[in-house]
Amino acid sequence: MSIDSTLMVDLFLVTFACFGAGAAGALITARSPALTRLVANGCALVGAIAAGALAVAGLAGGNMTFNVPDLLPIGGAAFGVDRLSAFFVAVIALGAIPTALYAIGYTRQYAGKHSLAGMGFGFNIFVAAMMLVPLARNVLTFLALWELMSLASYFLVITEHEHEETLRAGWVYLVMTHAGFAALLIGFLLLARATDTMDFSGWNAAAANLDPTSRNLIFILLALGFGSKAGIIPLHVWLPRAHPAAPSHVSALMSGVMIKLGVYGLVRVAFDWLGTGPVWWGGTMLIVGAVSAVLGVLYALVEHDLKRLLAYHSVENIGIILLGLGAGMLFQAHGLEALAALALIAALYHTLNHAAFKSLLFMGAGAVVHATHTRNMEELGGLIKRMPQTAAFFLVGSVAIAALPPFNGFISEWLTFQSLLLSFQISAHTVNLIFALGVAALALTSGLAAACFVKAFGITFLALPRSEHAALAREVEWTMRAPMALLAFACLALGVAPSLILAPLEAAVFDLMGAHADMKFDWSMVVANDNFGWVAPLWIALGLAGFLMAIPLGLRLIGANKRRRYYETWGCGRALQTARFEYTATAFANPFKRVFALLYRPVKQLDIEFHPESRYFVRTIAYYNEGRLIFEDALYRPLLRMIEAVAHAARVLQSGNVHGYLVYILVALVALLVLAV
Amino acid sequence: MFGSPLLVGVIRKAKARLQGRRGARILQPYADIWKLLLKEAVVSENTSWIFRFTPYLLATTMLLSALIVPVLTTHAALGFMGNIIVLMYLFLLGVFFLALAGLDAGSAFGGMGSSREVALAALAEPTVLIAIFGIALRAGTTSLDGIITRFAAEPLLMLNAGHLLAFFAFFIVALAENGRLPVDNPATHLELTMIHEAMILEYSGRYLALVEWAAGMKLFLFLTLLANLFFPWGVALTNTPVALLGAFFALAVKLALFAAAIALVETSVAKLRLFRVPELLAGSFTVALLAVVTAFFIR
Repeated sequence: MSIDSTLMVDLFLVTFACFGAGAAGALITARSPALTRLVANGCALVGAIAAGALAVAGLAGGNMTFNVPDLLPIGGAAFGVDRLSAFFVAVIALGAIPTALYAIGYTRQYAGKHSLAGMGFGFNIFVAAMMLVPLARNVLTFLALWELMSLASYFLVITEHEHEETLRAGWVYLVMTHAGFAALLIGFLLLARATDTMDFSGWNAAAANLDPTSRNLIFILLALGFGSKAGIIPLHVWLPRAHPAAPSHVSALMSGVMIKLGVYGLVRVAFDWLGTGPVWWGGTMLIVGAVSAVLGVLYALVEHDLKRLLAYHSVENIGIILLGLGAGMLFQAHGLEALAALALIAALYHTLNHAAFKSLLFMGAGAVVHATHTRNMEELGGLIKRMPQTAAFFLVGSVAIAALPPFNGFISEWLTFQSLLLSFQISAHTVNLIFALGVAALALTSGLAAACFVKAFGITFLALPRSEHAALAREVEWTMRAPMALLAFACLALGVAPSLILAPLEAAVFDLMGAHADMKFDWSMVVANDNFGWVAPLWIALGLAGFLMAIPLGLRLIGANKRRRYYETWGCGRALQTARFEYTATAFANPFKRVFALLYRPVKQLDIEFHPESRYFVRTIAYYNEGRLIFEDALYRPLLRMIEAVAHAARVLQSGNVHGYLVYILVALVALLVLAV
Repeated sequence: MFGSPLLVGVIRKAKARLQGRRGARILQPYADIWKLLLKEAVVSENTSWIFRFTPYLLATTMLLSALIVPVLTTHAALGFMGNIIVLMYLFLLGVFFLALAGLDAGSAFGGMGSSREVALAALAEPTVLIAIFGIALRAGTTSLDGIITRFAAEPLLMLNAGHLLAFFAFFIVALAENGRLPVDNPATHLELTMIHEAMILEYSGRYLALVEWAAGMKLFLFLTLLANLFFPWGVALTNTPVALLGAFFALAVKLALFAAAIALVETSVAKLRLFRVPELLAGSFTVALLAVVTAFFIR
């Protein structure tokens, strides 16, 4: 099927005209908050839908280029669409369409307290910049948009700037994102100098002739830059701070979508710009993925702030994506192109799936915050009765992220498992061992993720409310429920009909690598490597549904007793049953804390105040059980101290003497001239 | 599908005999389930639809799994639905909802049971997958019938230290996943030592019947997997009546041996403290990893 490129350009222009109108409209209507909400988010919604259409056309094989030569120096602003870019635009649209709709209702609570015009403006710019990043075709366009995306999201993160904590989160985010930006800038410029072009399209052919040292250096720099945006461990520190601090619809976009652009960059680096790399690139990627996945979910387990828990799960899921990506790089380095394509498809599929369920979960968490005004799980509970629909959608998201059938997370994790298990076709013992550990890490991660979402859903929505806020919660309005329903449906659709997305993905990966994936699929089956493993997701879903209906019928037929009586929960004969008897989130996570004490390094403190008359009467008991964050303690604190020491030393240079400064300028000028010659 | 309570009965009987008791007759579990089905269900007023939905879902996952596992022949009824990894995730789906149901009533015991159950399930997961990796390495496939066919055709593949190690690791995991000693005691009456039993404490009537049946079914399926994947002798490769009859007796003998082994283990070892269990699972993980490593080096 050929798609007219003028149609593509039209769609492209309509998309960004909508975002422009949204941004401008937000400022124009600033006096009327209700109108601002509608105009800004409505325009973003239409723009996101148009972008979705652009992505579908691009995945179907449509091409386009669009240049504005005078907008930027060195090459101008250059945009283009290929299948990989279109896929990532589709991922962003999948997150942006529901969040824009959700924002119409969700931002109501900010009216009068914060500038809705600022939020609407920032939101439109943020979404537009994200969509343009994968379409950028040269260095300056890419970097300018990358920075625009980071800045827009920074301002959205600090929306609730009256809280000290929010500002600090924003600060950490700003520093980390610019450290990453610096790495990207150096990497890009080195690569551009070595290949003599700022144009992305020329890099693949030229990169093969680079000398290994500079190629490795460029790889490390770009991987660090993109990795910090993706939130890989140990560059993840901004993520659990910034995502909870932002308004929930922005958290949904940042966690579900923005970090995926880090993945986009990594895919480009590993499979396009730098060509096939040495074995250690893929090995490192796989190990980093395994570490991120396991540590991400372990940190999520002991977290009781609902949104921060979800943020840590983003670290975990990026880890799972990197497992697939690293596996793909290793296969490619060993010349197994078909398996590399399979692993890359698994990684990209998980990217899309994570966008669907993580946006859904953040919106669910946002609805909970909206209704109860707290993110602390220890104050929640029983919400399934007060907010039944939100609860159902959150449950779908939980089952999907726990990678359980019949939802989408299961299919992509299954594909990742298949590609990891197929690694026995490589005959190199060290690589085999790395793969085996990857299998173990993925298995542990999926088990722990299931555990974590039993906690997240169970403590938040089930049993009795643990505070008055939770007891008085009310279901949220339809503009917030409809987008959750949409994404819940997407989670199911992507889970039961994977061929919908596997077909375009396979084409995109073929374009990128020139090899067909080692798999077969049709509407009902996915088969990896000629009967190595298969799954029939649609039939599993139908089987589950069928038996679910058949079993109650069967029980009735054989004459089972169908009466049911409601009575209080058994409490060892105690008369009173209150929410204080319930298991808490802390207690739920305790087995994990004990087992993985090495990681959490818990600090325990028990303060008991006794009655002055007798030690047998206790007045108050306070129990602290805090975990410490080893990466902050072991990596970032020393780094910060070092930077501070260097800054102190550099103070000597600041004499305050104008003549002195003139000398510095002269010296710098001469040094530059000498270097340039 | 109907054999699983019998297996539970056999294990209980063998255990009783080993402990010098006479024990209930081996058909007792059937009577228990029937009695529960006829009783009225009492449901905590704190619960939601999750609590009432879970037993049906649990039974559903077990039925579906039973049709995917090759029990007598390599051609399982719904074998086209997925490979061994799909099977493991179906089990995990059941655990997930059962743990949610444990939290639903708002009792401390249910929460405790859920928390421990999911912790153990999560820690067992790597062993399961690495053991599967070990098998897949030798058989060259992760499909259940493919593994059995391959091992039945080339028994020499099984003459390997790795095969035995993988079997051993899988056996320990089967004990842990099914709440048997030394991880959990299915016969305990003290809430604080319970794991699985604490989680399902609030169930009664037909719900409890379904949960109990599903638990027996899970044990049956795990042991069948152990029997057929690691010792595929007797599994019918064709659907002729003679082959099926032979397969039936072969499976009965293998399961009886496993039941005896479990009874022996449960009689001879004490329950581990909860926080020692991860050490056991880490041990079984190491064994499974060794199985994979040997497969790489001896090939």
